[in-house]
Amino acid sequence: MNSGGMNSRIGYIAFNTFREAVRDRVLYNLIAFALLLSGAAILVGEISIDIERLVVVNLGLTAVSLFGVVIAIFIGIGLVSKEIDKRTLYTVLSRPVRRWEFVVGKFFGLTGTLVVNTFLMAIGVFLALLYVAHKFEKMDVWVLAALYFIVLQFLIVCALALFFSSFSTPLMSAVFTFALFVIGSLAEDLRGFARITQGAGGWLATAIAYLVPNFSALNVISQVAHGDAVPGRLILYNSVYALLYSAMAISGAVLIFQRRNLK
Amino acid sequence: MSATRRVNLVATAVLSFSMAGAMSTLYAVDHLRRGSVAQEALYLRSSKVLRRLSLGYTGLLADIYWTRGVQYFGEQHQSGTGDFRLLAPLLEVTTELDPKLLPAYQFGANFLAPKPPSGAGLPGAALSLMKYGVEHNPDQWRLYYNLGFLYYTEFKDYAKAADAFARGAKLPVTNAFMPILAARMAQHAGEFDTARMLWFTTYQSTKEAQIRENAVQHLLALRVDEDVTRLEQVVEKYRAQTGRLPASMGDLERAGFIHGTRTDPKGRPYKLMPDGRIEVQNPESIFFITKGLPPGAAPPQPPREAPPASK
Repeated sequence: MNSGGMNSRIGYIAFNTFREAVRDRVLYNLIAFALLLSGAAILVGEISIDIERLVVVNLGLTAVSLFGVVIAIFIGIGLVSKEIDKRTLYTVLSRPVRRWEFVVGKFFGLTGTLVVNTFLMAIGVFLALLYVAHKFEKMDVWVLAALYFIVLQFLIVCALALFFSSFSTPLMSAVFTFALFVIGSLAEDLRGFARITQGAGGWLATAIAYLVPNFSALNVISQVAHGDAVPGRLILYNSVYALLYSAMAISGAVLIFQRRNLK
Repeated sequence: MSATRRVNLVATAVLSFSMAGAMSTLYAVDHLRRGSVAQEALYLRSSKVLRRLSLGYTGLLADIYWTRGVQYFGEQHQSGTGDFRLLAPLLEVTTELDPKLLPAYQFGANFLAPKPPSGAGLPGAALSLMKYGVEHNPDQWRLYYNLGFLYYTEFKDYAKAADAFARGAKLPVTNAFMPILAARMAQHAGEFDTARMLWFTTYQSTKEAQIRENAVQHLLALRVDEDVTRLEQVVEKYRAQTGRLPASMGDLERAGFIHGTRTDPKGRPYKLMPDGRIEVQNPESIFFITKGLPPGAAPPQPPREAPPASK
């Protein structure tokens, strides 16, 4: 099989995953998001003083992040099991598609869905910002950085959901992924605990702290809401980190899926 | 090599490489964002908002904020910048989330009150924290003890210190030294004995190794301060009797003012200086001493690697 064929097969699976997600009405969350944000933008101006921009950025970006994580988890956990249940996986694999191409294609399909979703939500955030502030400011650029970090967060969550779904039931996969999301959001505290723990316990805590995904460094929502800059080096490191961590989880998923008995 | 085996090998290689790479990158991110966790306290200072966000899990959130406070203090102490701006807000949020979190008052006040580099040099903030602690935990003698200690060491307010110790002494569960401390404060007598009793009570009432070690260091320093004060009084008496300063410790011994060689807690004999002052031989070896130092020398402090609580 040549690499052109391989790319087109991965692309085909990714596109189908995206199409299926749209068909499953995943993008309907955008309506809830739009209602939430426009409601907040109008209401806060009425009941509070001078925090309209803060609320729009904080609420908007938090909603983008949480909606996306929920979508990533609930679609990600079903990507493999649904295909097995519907027996469509056998049809796919009976064609010249390798198992790893199936996994990687699913990953790209899901992240593509989330990127489109985030892009549309980002437009909503900026429209709400324009509504409350009447103009864009220089510091609004950092909102883009925060949105980019949120997309990086989705890469990791999608990869983890896919990893767990490669060997576990959908329910357990959701539990594992969500648990890692919560632990990863407190990752810096966890590493703080590890730093002050001595001996073997300290080593173990450090190992765990470095193994769980670091979502806290990817969350700069409060920072950008206050107009603080995001350092270029953090953008670089976070990008590298998210790509490597996703690659790690996807490789794990591939290794497990290769060995899985699908009969 | 079969295609499956090749895929397995590549996937294993990618997994190993990305795991190592992710951890190294995370290490770099950590260094870049050091202190950023505490920085969040600037953004979210309202414990009421945090209370709502925590969905009722305020205890856990308070524990997290307290840990952040400890780490922040440790990191700032180690960095030596003397910038402890976020310490008071972190402790405020912690204790408002969980007013019963006693370590946050006891240790927090010890982080806040002493002058840099040992602490943040914010005795006023420490006092507010302790008062809030006593208000919400009126049955804890340790908090009254800490409050009295704070009035005594940082404010030299003997009346308020006596009042705090006396209130703590009246509790059903208290420490035997509390009424004595209250009486001593009221009399404002015997500075060395009072300070010794305070540090001894601190040593006795905690299991924390670092705090016990700190109390021991202060007790040793007190011994030096007291020895030097007494020896300098002896030198003054000698001069009053003979009309000249002693040339050596031997002169004091021969005149019957002292018996045997007087040594510091490290076993080194005290030095008699030509101007009649007494100095320790190696001032850097005994932390916190305020006497027996060369003119203009600052009291030696413990190394930064192990941030001490000052009590």
